[in-house]
Amino acid sequence: MSKSNSMTLNRRSFLAGVSASALLPSALTFGTSAAAETVKMGGILHTTMWPTPTYLNAAITTAGTEAFLSPKMFDGLLGYDYGMKPKGSLAREWNVSEDGQRITFKLRDDVKWHDGEPFTAKDVAFTFMEVLKVFHGRGKTTFAALSAVETPDDHTAVFVLDKPSPAMMRALDSRESPILPAHIYEGTDIMANPANVKPIGTGPFKLAAYEIGANVVMEKNPDYWDEGYPRLDRMVVQFIADGSTRAAMLESGEVDAIFFNMIPAQDILRIAAEPGFVMEKRGFETMLSSQQMDFNLDHPILAKKEVRHAIAHAIDTKWITDNIWYGLGKPGKTPLHAGQTPFFTTEGVPAYPLDLEKANALLDEAGYPRKNGGMRFSLMLDPSPWGTESINASSYVREQLRQIGIAVTVRTQDFALFVKTVYTDRKHDLALYTAAMGVDPTIGVQRFYDSHSFKPGVGFSNGAHYDNPKVDALLEAAATEVDEAKRIEDYAEFQRIAMEDLPVLKITDIEMATIAADYVKDFTVDAIGAAGSLKQLWLDQ
Amino acid sequence: MAASDPAGRRQTAGLKKALSSPTLRYLLRRLSQAVLVMLLVIVGSFVLIKLSPGDLVDALAGTRDLTADQMADLRSRYGLDQSVVIQLLHYMLRLVSLDLGYSPLNSAPVLDVLEERWPVTAILVISSVTLSMAIGTLLGVVAARHAGKPVDLGISVLMLILYATPSFIIAVLLMLVFALKLRWMPIAGYETVGAGYTGFQHLWDVVVHLTLPCAALCTFFIAIYGRIGRAAMLEVLSLDFIRTARGKGLSERRVIYVHALRNALLPLVTMAGLQVSSLVGGAVLVETVFGLPGLGRTAFDAVFQRDTNLLLGVVFISSLSVVIVNLLIDLLYVLLDPRVNLK
Repeated sequence: MSKSNSMTLNRRSFLAGVSASALLPSALTFGTSAAAETVKMGGILHTTMWPTPTYLNAAITTAGTEAFLSPKMFDGLLGYDYGMKPKGSLAREWNVSEDGQRITFKLRDDVKWHDGEPFTAKDVAFTFMEVLKVFHGRGKTTFAALSAVETPDDHTAVFVLDKPSPAMMRALDSRESPILPAHIYEGTDIMANPANVKPIGTGPFKLAAYEIGANVVMEKNPDYWDEGYPRLDRMVVQFIADGSTRAAMLESGEVDAIFFNMIPAQDILRIAAEPGFVMEKRGFETMLSSQQMDFNLDHPILAKKEVRHAIAHAIDTKWITDNIWYGLGKPGKTPLHAGQTPFFTTEGVPAYPLDLEKANALLDEAGYPRKNGGMRFSLMLDPSPWGTESINASSYVREQLRQIGIAVTVRTQDFALFVKTVYTDRKHDLALYTAAMGVDPTIGVQRFYDSHSFKPGVGFSNGAHYDNPKVDALLEAAATEVDEAKRIEDYAEFQRIAMEDLPVLKITDIEMATIAADYVKDFTVDAIGAAGSLKQLWLDQ
Repeated sequence: MAASDPAGRRQTAGLKKALSSPTLRYLLRRLSQAVLVMLLVIVGSFVLIKLSPGDLVDALAGTRDLTADQMADLRSRYGLDQSVVIQLLHYMLRLVSLDLGYSPLNSAPVLDVLEERWPVTAILVISSVTLSMAIGTLLGVVAARHAGKPVDLGISVLMLILYATPSFIIAVLLMLVFALKLRWMPIAGYETVGAGYTGFQHLWDVVVHLTLPCAALCTFFIAIYGRIGRAAMLEVLSLDFIRTARGKGLSERRVIYVHALRNALLPLVTMAGLQVSSLVGGAVLVETVFGLPGLGRTAFDAVFQRDTNLLLGVVFISSLSVVIVNLLIDLLYVLLDPRVNLK
């Protein structure tokens, strides 16, 4: 501990004490203000989200609407600048011990909860140990190594880890790990606490009104610790079920901005081309998601690697990216999302360019010649009905596989049924879906490939039933590796093996976009974008 | 007690007399039927949602990356780990004390959710039933008066178009023209959220927001009322008493609107009952297009997220209102037509 100052996970010193208010204005990009513009205070921001939230607190759920609402009212220990460089929030400084197993956070001493109580290290310890580790969907994985949070004084919290956890340092923002008030939650049934829908946070906005299923109104927290923020007076979030209606609301000026890809890709591009609107693709570094297809390896034919390779050669991921995602994405190359720098690599990673001839040849070699009628065998494909893109991509896959003699039936069901069919009953042959890739491969990607994550009944786990001890070892090593260079090499090797074995075919690494009226300024200033507090957002009108 | 007290005895006698009145007996019989109907509807919905594979936790798990033990915890928390029969029994027991249970999807008691949602639907249903009945009847009457003439033909064609166009297409068209192009009307919601309007300003705000959805819900029923109204009027106008009325020198207007229309109203009133039944909880498409958080939308979400309590709550409140409206309509028959007897 004593000689650990400035020793960091990536062997570079963190800029300890960077305050969130010292953000550099990013003058070079649209969607954010030019340095010369004068910031205007006040005003109301209108936006829309869907589906309706279950809670207003993202510490106990990872659902999308909650992930947008909660960070306005709660703070995290850290924030992240572009490139996931940590910066201060509730924690003013921090340092990581050389062995990576003790992380000391110096907390701000001028922070008050919305009910006036002071914020202390006790809140931090309580939130991580009693809430995030227990009730947060990803928290169990993210904070698996966290064995205790020590609080030597009111404004110091020391994280004690069983083993190093580099991924954890990327998951301490207000969306992923909001800090809850211990004095409200302690000793209560946390999932049933009324504060889950009447939040008491430390954030720049306070809850003003919540109409279940209809809207949330948040107002400026006048006692916010970061002086001069928030710039808005109010934020109004309406829950609107239909994507086209949300797009029409933006066009007519009924809402000022649409975050989190809440409108279809073609509408984003169409409206972005109209005068008076700006599009911003940055600010989604913690919300990377991909479209991919699991091969059920328990299926006797799909268990053969040549068959999976043949199927990959029949599917043009660029076509899907260009036509189904309207170019808002990159064709999938490896298990990692292309935005997961510095771990993503295509070096030495097998690729499967569109080649129907080769696909046919591979299937012949594998011992599945075309039978009468030209078909070799048939497969059941289950698309996730989350959005329309996986259903549409499935139609394309069916047509492509028909050309190599595989008869595919697409079984479209509602979401609950999709989860049950694929993950509980395992009745799928192929499953095509979109899923979060996480702030770190350990959190988002590992679950699809690690044999320990084959857990029937658990949604979006290892649905392929992939089991490769070498991959398990690599993922395990990367999860706890303190030396970033070694970590990069572990993940590179993992990407090579996984793309050779191909239990999962990555289709598209999705790019998200915020679309806003041009008078909405500074809505994206860092890696977190709109999933942050939006305290810096202002309206030039 | 009552026996030793003359006043009490009188009261009992009064009550007995009231109970023996045919209208009241009729009401009591209808109410007991209603209870039976609602019971069947609730048990039926319960069984249907439980028959569909996957439960609330499956629906939640996908978007929340839940682990196996978190899923188990949620299942036991919401009683989903018990058998369907036990779940149904628990639900019915609670229902007896008018406890509609808890909606896990909204982290709130079902009653609280419905309390916020039903006014939107109520305003929408009442206004569209009233409007479509008024406009449709008027069109029907005008068409009947000019039967076979160009006016009749024009109205018939218009009604055919309204009848054939699905309401959600009309909803989208109305939105495109009046909200997106002309900007006369707002696109979504039922009020300007966060504007803090009160009094008349608030009322006007709601009226402006609900005009387009109400219009979209009206069109189909305008056609129905128009066609029924025209046919009923034509039938009544051919009867002898109309000839008598004309013969004694009444103005044509009086003959049409007082003598004929009152007799043609019965099928229209029956239709109004059906319209209410179909709109309460059935306006999902229009509610979706206009972003209205009504009962239909609530039921729709409840089905997809397998929130059984919430769905049954919506079913309960909609079947209750349908039963009440139909009862009121039966009473209305008596007012409109003295020949009708409630038995």
